[in-house]
Amino acid sequence: MSREIIVCKHMDKTFDTSRGAVHVIDDVTLNVHENELLVLFGPGQCGKSTMINCMSGLEPVTGGSVEVSGKTVVKPGPDRGVVYQRMALFPWLTVMGNVEYGPKMRGVPKKERRERAQYYIELVGLKGFENSFPNQLSGGMQQRVGIARAYCNEPDVLFMDEPFGHLDAQTRYLMQEDLMKIWEREKRTIVFVTNNIEEAIYLADRIVVMTNCPTKIKKEYVIDLPRPRNYVDTEFLKLREEISAVVDKAL
Amino acid sequence: MKKKKENYWWLSILSIVLFVAVWWFCCDILKLASSSTLPGPVTVAQTFVKKLTSTAPDGATLPQHIFSSLKIALGGWAMGVLIGTPLGIFMAWYKKVDLFVRPVFDLLRPVPGLAWIPLMIILFGIGITPKIATVFLSAFVPCVLNSYTGIRQTKDVHLWVGQTFGASDTQMLVHIAVPTALPLIMTGIRVALGAAWTCIVAAEMLASTMGLGYMIQQARGIYRPDIIICGMIGIGAIGAVFSWILSLIENTIVKGVRRDG
Repeated sequence: MSREIIVCKHMDKTFDTSRGAVHVIDDVTLNVHENELLVLFGPGQCGKSTMINCMSGLEPVTGGSVEVSGKTVVKPGPDRGVVYQRMALFPWLTVMGNVEYGPKMRGVPKKERRERAQYYIELVGLKGFENSFPNQLSGGMQQRVGIARAYCNEPDVLFMDEPFGHLDAQTRYLMQEDLMKIWEREKRTIVFVTNNIEEAIYLADRIVVMTNCPTKIKKEYVIDLPRPRNYVDTEFLKLREEISAVVDKAL
Repeated sequence: MKKKKENYWWLSILSIVLFVAVWWFCCDILKLASSSTLPGPVTVAQTFVKKLTSTAPDGATLPQHIFSSLKIALGGWAMGVLIGTPLGIFMAWYKKVDLFVRPVFDLLRPVPGLAWIPLMIILFGIGITPKIATVFLSAFVPCVLNSYTGIRQTKDVHLWVGQTFGASDTQMLVHIAVPTALPLIMTGIRVALGAAWTCIVAAEMLASTMGLGYMIQQARGIYRPDIIICGMIGIGAIGAVFSWILSLIENTIVKGVRRDG
């Protein structure tokens, strides 16, 4: 087994709200290997996004620890990229401006970051749209920009928080297929959050099924079906049935 | 969409032509009012042309009055924008600035620009200073309010993106919050210019020796409604040109933001 790049030990998270303490993550211990595509799968609102926020450093953990590449996570950093569900692009920047934003913040010279951004724009299939603004693009294209933007900063780990959650079914299938192609070409460690069982099985090397809030690990599945996977393959459907039976019903 | 627009541009011309036609019909044909009470468009146009070069009866030509008003309005407005906009931005971004400035600002905000004039006259006499100060105050308030609201509209998710890319607090203010606020900042600047223009004309009516407001006030004293209307046309036209120029600038600066209407 390859190097472990994310190490969560007894991760715990409680929010102090005006209505009292809300326990969201309950003692989660989880390792993610280098270049693994790990899917966090669970019912809606169960705390999966909070897990990603804790691992990316946006939210501090209230118990246990999170390490990425051997360093304890205390705040967000360029070694951890995030692709959000929607509306996360900067509407005042072009596709190019959005994608080159990360390297620009780190002071990468213009020529170099332009070349790199161009590479990732082409990788996600948006050649010719470099100078378009986000509001001129479809939902699927916007998410492609989001993926290119996260990739372009060349992080060790990519977190994807239900990136295809608001897309229509057709576009969603297409995006899953394309994400696989992108990932096969540019292998990265990806932690992908979804509440869609098909999406989880189609993408994952390993699925971690989470319980309802406060969330903890319910079960793990290593998915070793050959890629590209077929949604109606017998093995696929069998897994789907098995995992569906395990997951808590959303409220 | 564009084609349709081109087909109907004449509607906008028609409204102005109709307006003048109705005015002409009521005054010059129906004689609803005597020409010394409400002159028709022809008389006003004649006065307008004469007034371009004549200093009678109020001591200055129309361009001189316009220039005098413009100078003060634009000066006060520029000061209001230069001080008000950054203040609003800092108040919205830095909590401590907000806590410090807000009480005073909230007390001064409801006082209309014109209500400052008496105090300003006592303080500075009737020269250029009290008027610039008054215009400044009335332009300052919308600049602060709009830039403040604009910065506050910054989306959390955009700040998260900034953070995960390692942007500093200042970088996030400059690269994320200010671009988010830009449409509203521009609105503030435009509203401020309207307020500045309204304010200067009113101020000139109260205390002045020059300017469009002064000209109108003098013309009222000597019963010259044609000059009054010339002044009003000047005020309206310049205000409309201001608004048009700023919309043009806004459309070039503000990009990628969907605006309705």
